[in-house]
Amino acid sequence: MKQQRLKWFTLIFALSAIMFLGACHKKTPPPPPPPPPPPPAAPTASLTANPNTVEKGQSTTLSWETSNATDVSIDGIGAVQPTGSQSVTPTDSTTYTLTAKGPGGTQSATARVTVTSPPPPPPPPPSPSEEELFSQNVKDIYFDYDKSDIRADQQSALQGDIDFLKQHPNVQFTVEGHCDERGSTEYNLALGDNRANAVKNALVQGGVSAANIKTISYGKEKPFCTEHNDECWQQNRRGHFVYSK
Amino acid sequence: MILNFYLDKKAVGWAGVAVFATSLAVFGVSAAAQDWIKTGTGLGVEKIRLAVPDFKPGNQDPKNSELLNVFNGTLWNDLDNAGIFDMVSKSFYPVDTPGNPAQVKFESWNTQPPNAAMLAFGNLSVTGSSMAVQGWLYDVKNVTSPQILGKQYTDAATTDSARITAHKFADEIIFRLGGGIQGIAETQIYFVSNRTGHKEIWGMDYDGANQHQITHQGSISLSPKISPDGSRLAFSSLTKSGWEILMYSMDLNRLVSFPHFSGTNLSPAWSADGSRLAFSSSRSGDPEIYVVDQSGGNLKRLTTSKLPDVSPVWNPKTGAQIAWVSGRTDLPQIYTMESDGTNVQRITDQGYAVSPAWSPNGQFLLFAWIRHYGPGAPGSQDIYIMDIASKQFVQLTHDGGRNDFPSWSPDGRHIVFQSNRNGSEQIWTMLADGTNPKPLTVTGSNTQPNWSWK
Repeated sequence: MKQQRLKWFTLIFALSAIMFLGACHKKTPPPPPPPPPPPPAAPTASLTANPNTVEKGQSTTLSWETSNATDVSIDGIGAVQPTGSQSVTPTDSTTYTLTAKGPGGTQSATARVTVTSPPPPPPPPPSPSEEELFSQNVKDIYFDYDKSDIRADQQSALQGDIDFLKQHPNVQFTVEGHCDERGSTEYNLALGDNRANAVKNALVQGGVSAANIKTISYGKEKPFCTEHNDECWQQNRRGHFVYSK
Repeated sequence: MILNFYLDKKAVGWAGVAVFATSLAVFGVSAAAQDWIKTGTGLGVEKIRLAVPDFKPGNQDPKNSELLNVFNGTLWNDLDNAGIFDMVSKSFYPVDTPGNPAQVKFESWNTQPPNAAMLAFGNLSVTGSSMAVQGWLYDVKNVTSPQILGKQYTDAATTDSARITAHKFADEIIFRLGGGIQGIAETQIYFVSNRTGHKEIWGMDYDGANQHQITHQGSISLSPKISPDGSRLAFSSLTKSGWEILMYSMDLNRLVSFPHFSGTNLSPAWSADGSRLAFSSSRSGDPEIYVVDQSGGNLKRLTTSKLPDVSPVWNPKTGAQIAWVSGRTDLPQIYTMESDGTNVQRITDQGYAVSPAWSPNGQFLLFAWIRHYGPGAPGSQDIYIMDIASKQFVQLTHDGGRNDFPSWSPDGRHIVFQSNRNGSEQIWTMLADGTNPKPLTVTGSNTQPNWSWK
């Protein structure tokens, strides 16, 4: 028990000493430190494109605003004023990115521009090709059996052919001579040759340039029909026109 | 009216020689009746009675029977086809037939039932890859000195060689017994076939065997004509330039050069000495007959009519005349002229006449004729034969259809032609008197046959 009372006295004595001692030195309190300067404000940035959808070849206006930025750039354009606008004509859909740097940090903003292709022009109304006109207007010439002279009833078709060919003086073509199946192979090739040349000569007489006309005989080798009757035989006895491509 | 033509009168100098003579009896009962050629005994014709028993195997080789089959069949057909033999039917033969001279029993051959005048016999033996054939021709009525022919052949042991050897032996017999005219068993026929999808030039043995493609133009190739020496084949073909005369070398198996002429060039024809070609060309604006050297040089024009002139053919005996087809009077007719173009003669007088072919002896023209031409379907077109000197003619085909492009065999005894009488165009053969017509082709459409010169 004496130990405990001793400890307690020591503690009280220490505490008092501290109080007395402290109270003995009178000092001035240090001044409070100055408040730290407020941190710099972070930059802000905004970027818009108006309109944000254009047809290829049209332009759009980029507009932006920044604050607290010292270094503002838009990629694809370069350095720009902190606030401003600029017209651009992108060739394809593009996302523009603005980067604003300042002491407070970096801020970026984007604007997307969509570029659409214009609708194709409407096709012009179709006009017939020279080859189509040829087959519509140049009629084959038909012959009597074993004959290569031009029949009277073929003259108007022949004249129509001449008229068209003179209106289209650059057209090149071949006249094929054909025969019906009844004759002999060799004689029919010779007769077909006569028929092709008869047509050519009649055209040249009418004013068509001979240089545009080739002739060939097919005899009975390439018939247009194969029935064994008068109609088919007449179909095969002809000078046939073929446009040269 | 009797038309006599003697195809050969050369005597050979021993008993049993036969002269081939055909008497043509023309029966004209009414204007509408058809004319026929008739041959047979009692008209001065004596065909030789020939017995040809099957050749025997000469040894035990197992390949013998296959080759003998081919040999015997070919030999019989060649002799039967020759037109100069009265073949004794095998059903009349004795049981024992000879394979070599020691086995010949004369009395079993020169008496009834076979009653043969001549006997052909022999044997075939295969040894390894080699085949040997021995063949004899005996006059069985001449017992003391019967042998006319004794031949030995050696070749590869194949069916092709067996066939060729039979052809050779048959030709030997025909030459000896047919008055010295070469047999046709080894000849070829060239023709047009579309069986590959294009009209190309093909060749075959005279009996229709061995049909093979020659040209591969892939276009339309027509009018084949083999040269007299067999080395070149001229034909007309549709190329990029039009219809051209092309020349195929049978030795080199390819085209060789021939000049290009403008216009439509058709129907080449060789002179018999092979030195010149006639053909039709429209290089001047309409088809005319021209002649060139066999190399294509020295072009000469022979005709001048503005209407078609085509299908020339030379007189093979003289080389001095050309027959051809002209449309100068409207429907095509046959004409002749000298080979310089002078002395034009009209041969046919009516109808539609094409495809002349001159006989080897120079006396006859074959051609295709629709004699009575009227409106609508013309009716059948037939092969006719005409004696040029007398202008007498006889109709050779009678079975309807369209018959065209006749060609003579070099022995003057056979004709090859095209006919559609069975529904499709095929190559047919017959004797020069119009008998025994038979088809040689069946596949596809086959036309424009040309018989080789040898």
